[in-house]
Amino acid sequence: MQSVHIMSAYDEELKFLSKRIAAMGGHAERMVEQAVAALVNADPGLAQKVIRDDVVLDEGQREIDDKAIIIIAKRQPMATDLREIVGAIRISADLERVGDLGKNVAKRVVAVTDGRQPTSLFRGLEALANLALTQLKEVLDVYASRSVDKISFVRDRDDQIDAMYTSLFRELLTYMMEDPRNITPCTHLLFCAKNIERIGDHATNIAETIYYIVTGDQMPADRPKGDKTDKISLSASMPAN
Amino acid sequence: MADRGADDKDVAGTIAARLWNGRWLILAGFLAILAVYFLAGISAYVLVPALAMLLGAALLPAGGAGQSPEDAAAIEAIGLQRLSGEYLAAAVADPLIIFDHAATIVHANASAFAAFGGIAPGISLPLKFRAPEMQALLDSMLSGAVASDVVDYTEKLPVERAYRVSASSVGHGTDLYVLVFKDQSEARRIDRMRADFIANASHELRTPLASIAGFIETLRGPARNDPAAREQFLQIMQNQTGRMARLIDDLLSLSRLEMKPYLKPGTEVDLRQTVDGVIDSLAPLARENNVAIERNFAQGALSVPGDRDELFQVFENLLENACKYGQSGGRVVVSIARGNDGSEPGFDVTIRDFGPGIPEEHIPRITERFYRVDVESSRTQKGTGLGLSIVKHILTRHNARLTIKSEVGKGAAFSVHLPAH
Repeated sequence: MQSVHIMSAYDEELKFLSKRIAAMGGHAERMVEQAVAALVNADPGLAQKVIRDDVVLDEGQREIDDKAIIIIAKRQPMATDLREIVGAIRISADLERVGDLGKNVAKRVVAVTDGRQPTSLFRGLEALANLALTQLKEVLDVYASRSVDKISFVRDRDDQIDAMYTSLFRELLTYMMEDPRNITPCTHLLFCAKNIERIGDHATNIAETIYYIVTGDQMPADRPKGDKTDKISLSASMPAN
Repeated sequence: MADRGADDKDVAGTIAARLWNGRWLILAGFLAILAVYFLAGISAYVLVPALAMLLGAALLPAGGAGQSPEDAAAIEAIGLQRLSGEYLAAAVADPLIIFDHAATIVHANASAFAAFGGIAPGISLPLKFRAPEMQALLDSMLSGAVASDVVDYTEKLPVERAYRVSASSVGHGTDLYVLVFKDQSEARRIDRMRADFIANASHELRTPLASIAGFIETLRGPARNDPAAREQFLQIMQNQTGRMARLIDDLLSLSRLEMKPYLKPGTEVDLRQTVDGVIDSLAPLARENNVAIERNFAQGALSVPGDRDELFQVFENLLENACKYGQSGGRVVVSIARGNDGSEPGFDVTIRDFGPGIPEEHIPRITERFYRVDVESSRTQKGTGLGLSIVKHILTRHNARLTIKSEVGKGAAFSVHLPAH
């Protein structure tokens, strides 16, 4: 992957960073997966586990920050190496945020599953989570393979996530208008959906960082904004479907 | 192509192996030269590096010294062993990955490529398999804590798969390790399928069942002696049982698809023939709905890797939807075009209707199970709410993409992008 240095210890240090990033990535993926599973299956035990697991990611980020700063101080890295190290700092920050968002979803499990909700609510959220997780997985796979030519999928996927989020937003508003008793769970679900949508955004950030690490250029910035929830309002007379 | 690459790698590998075999000699020589450099002033000490050199050479196994004919034979034997190792890996049906002490992939067999993709030699294994249990497995193997270990590893996306992964070191002192993935997805999926089937079936079958039960009660009670009402109620009951039967068919076909997430490689599908077949089979339905089907196929060979029956079902579901829900447009255009828009070349099969279209907010959701844009029209058209779920499932297995474009009042276009190889 990386070019070989005279000092093999230096290579080891760089390898350590990327391995640690991968481990954090695996943890973040697992946390989000389990948080959504806990929500869908109404499983507070699993939610508790997710909340506890967040510490691992916080610790991972601190460790990567420390290591990266020591490497910069000790080795005076240039070019690719410097980008690799700064990239690791940025990616670990994004992954830590992904973990926080997963944890936040897990925290809402009890409130949402208090009363039994229609399964269709969760189906939409599950589909959204699948999109976001696929995005995260593909991005981290690119981090392993460094084949940034495939990174264009990120934009498509981001648009899909935004469209799905907009649709879910509308659906949840409809449920709230149907019956005021739905307001509590649906508000929580709305936040869950927002969190998951944010996870997709962090994955996109990571993709941009990887592109920068590998090519030294910024990813061309033509990101159309697909999230149209800022314009949604439902009038009370709208027929529910 | 792949074979050529493997041969090149073999040559490089043999050279590396030779260097590795001579490592002690090289090291001893190096040390001796260093010692001579530092100690040249004092003649008595010259004996020390000379002795060290001798000792280094003596420690080598017999085959390592000099370029004798036996030596060449030994190297050939090593080459043969390596070769047979690769063939052996290829002969294993389960995904198999060989990696070195730095957790870098040395070799992955074809089945591993098919299952995981993007695992070329040189890629770091923990970067690819990021799940915490896999990280722990690799760590314990490489730290030498255990000689072999087994963990259960599940992958949720893009399709759910469960493996029992066993790791062990290869031979003695080779510094190589092997991972073998045993697929357990089937057993897992049977459990899941049962749970899913019961959940979906109980939910969706309850409505028609409740109405049938209600009519039976009426027929035995107030409508007992009313032949006109009886006839009408029996007709409704027949419709409801028909709906239940269709629902069960669709649920079963979806479950069957979920059971086998991969595609058998190597089969080719002629898109022209398949789409023609679909159009012919749906001609009666199109006539019934007063819809004219137009064809617009590209020239030349139109074949993609895939499963003919499954792709037939995809186009059948899409065309059936177009005829039913786009009925008011009076025509449906089916086109096959060479699509080179994205990163991968392939074919786009587009089925376009000119009906009422789909409101934008529903588009991302319509491939979900039982998601209906309009419950009423779905019921009257005998829809089960599963057709597009089935389409999406099949397309995921084909690495294909479904794009839906629609404008309210102008119709909808369902476009399937199938990658060619």
